[in-house]
Amino acid sequence: MLLNASGCLDALTAPDVARSLHAFVTKTITREPRGGNAPVRIAETEAGMLNAIGLANPGRDRFLTDVLPRLRELAVPLWISVGGFSTAEYAETCAALEAVAAIELNLSCPNIDEAPENAAAIVAACRDATGLPLYAKLSPAAWDIAEAARAVEAAGADGLSLVNTLRGLALDRRTLRPTLARGSGGYSGPALKPVALAAVYACAAAVEIPIVGMGGVRSGLDALELIAAGASAVALGTVLFADPGAAVRVRAELAAELAARDLGHPLDARGLAHSSLQMTVSRSGNKLQKVPGNRAKVTA
Amino acid sequence: MRRERLSVRGVESVGPYTLLRVEQGGLDAGIPGQFFMLEAPGRVLPRPMSVCLAAARELAFLIDPIGPGTRALCALEADHPIHVLGPLGNGFDVEVERPLLVGGGIGIAPLPYLSQQLGGPPAILGFRSERHAEAAALLPGAEVCIEPTYVTTLLPEERHDVLACGPEPMLAALRDLVPDAQLAWEAPMACGYGACYGCAVELEGELKRLCVEGPVLRAA
Repeated sequence: MLLNASGCLDALTAPDVARSLHAFVTKTITREPRGGNAPVRIAETEAGMLNAIGLANPGRDRFLTDVLPRLRELAVPLWISVGGFSTAEYAETCAALEAVAAIELNLSCPNIDEAPENAAAIVAACRDATGLPLYAKLSPAAWDIAEAARAVEAAGADGLSLVNTLRGLALDRRTLRPTLARGSGGYSGPALKPVALAAVYACAAAVEIPIVGMGGVRSGLDALELIAAGASAVALGTVLFADPGAAVRVRAELAAELAARDLGHPLDARGLAHSSLQMTVSRSGNKLQKVPGNRAKVTA
Repeated sequence: MRRERLSVRGVESVGPYTLLRVEQGGLDAGIPGQFFMLEAPGRVLPRPMSVCLAAARELAFLIDPIGPGTRALCALEADHPIHVLGPLGNGFDVEVERPLLVGGGIGIAPLPYLSQQLGGPPAILGFRSERHAEAAALLPGAEVCIEPTYVTTLLPEERHDVLACGPEPMLAALRDLVPDAQLAWEAPMACGYGACYGCAVELEGELKRLCVEGPVLRAA
């Protein structure tokens, strides 16, 4: 299953790109409208890019009245990314949403304390506020991301989105001042892939809930690696900026990678990276079971 | 919005700039002032470039090699394929009565194609040096000034429909002098099609995406 990473696609300006995905994830919605940070907001680096957009969004009310109805017309399953500056704000926004495929809680916003207790408290409040599937998007900067994953799982999350960007800084070559007006920004792109793999790998061994893996995916092989690390869906981020057709290409490449390994379905590859665990998935229940045993055999 | 892998037809020096010529393939050349995202070999993100010339099933882009992406584009050789996405954004409104083209530095890039569509209207161009002014050859007949003389001092008294592209201080000065001017702005862009929100500029008191709202905007 291929999605976009939140903030990496506007389905209204690029509906065909949104339709090439299994689900469209919105840019994060907050209670109040946000213009975002002053420019300069983006900078390319040697192996990735920085962004400091600042959760620009029309605010919850305008999203619900103006944007969401137009998104529904696209007939693509919708994941709504929800952000906030207090537990109550997250929960109120979740309560206001209905008839969408899932809610992704952006728990890795720079203005939110990311301690697992707080992330778990937010998830617990949102759990009380909605019956919709809740995915918790965690930062890879946590000291022990598996601990954070266990905490949000215990609080009622239905899944994890791994990972958000890492904080990074770029300096202008001439002035040696920060390129971004805000100073630091979120680092994404190819350099993030090993970080994402490590996070997915650690969390897949720690929790039972499904994981959407993301971070530096550019190819079908990158997607397969995240699945092997334990993800059951993959999201595309920075690659969509360079290639709006990335979903179509990555899907075809993934199919070829699976076929080359005699694997019939992407989920057949799930968890293959875990040498001591063989993971199987009940596709109907979407629940992960950990079965002690040998590593699944892979024929190249 | 269409993306194709197209062969470079040639690369030519124009003063300190480089004219990168790419086969047009199945892409629409678009309206002057619209832009394309060009794959910069070895870089993570493509670079936004407006069409400088469109003829003979070829798109040509005038590029100033100021950073790693633009240098990679200028170092391309004939037959090398690159991905090209576009045309993107809103171009100039060419339904004007008395066009006057105003360009500054690398901002002259979209003017040759615009001039071609408007039947060769008058043009005034400003550059920072004699060497940069060699690029004026792309717009035969244009009036040229070199710093410290600015294009704004060459603006004629009588009313014209100003269509301009150049550095921000030049566009800001024109905005004040010619309230109905069409100005082509630039901003760093990751995607060019509204996805990244990186190219935000302040319009009517709000931050908006230049790739969606522009890059050509009315001064007032």
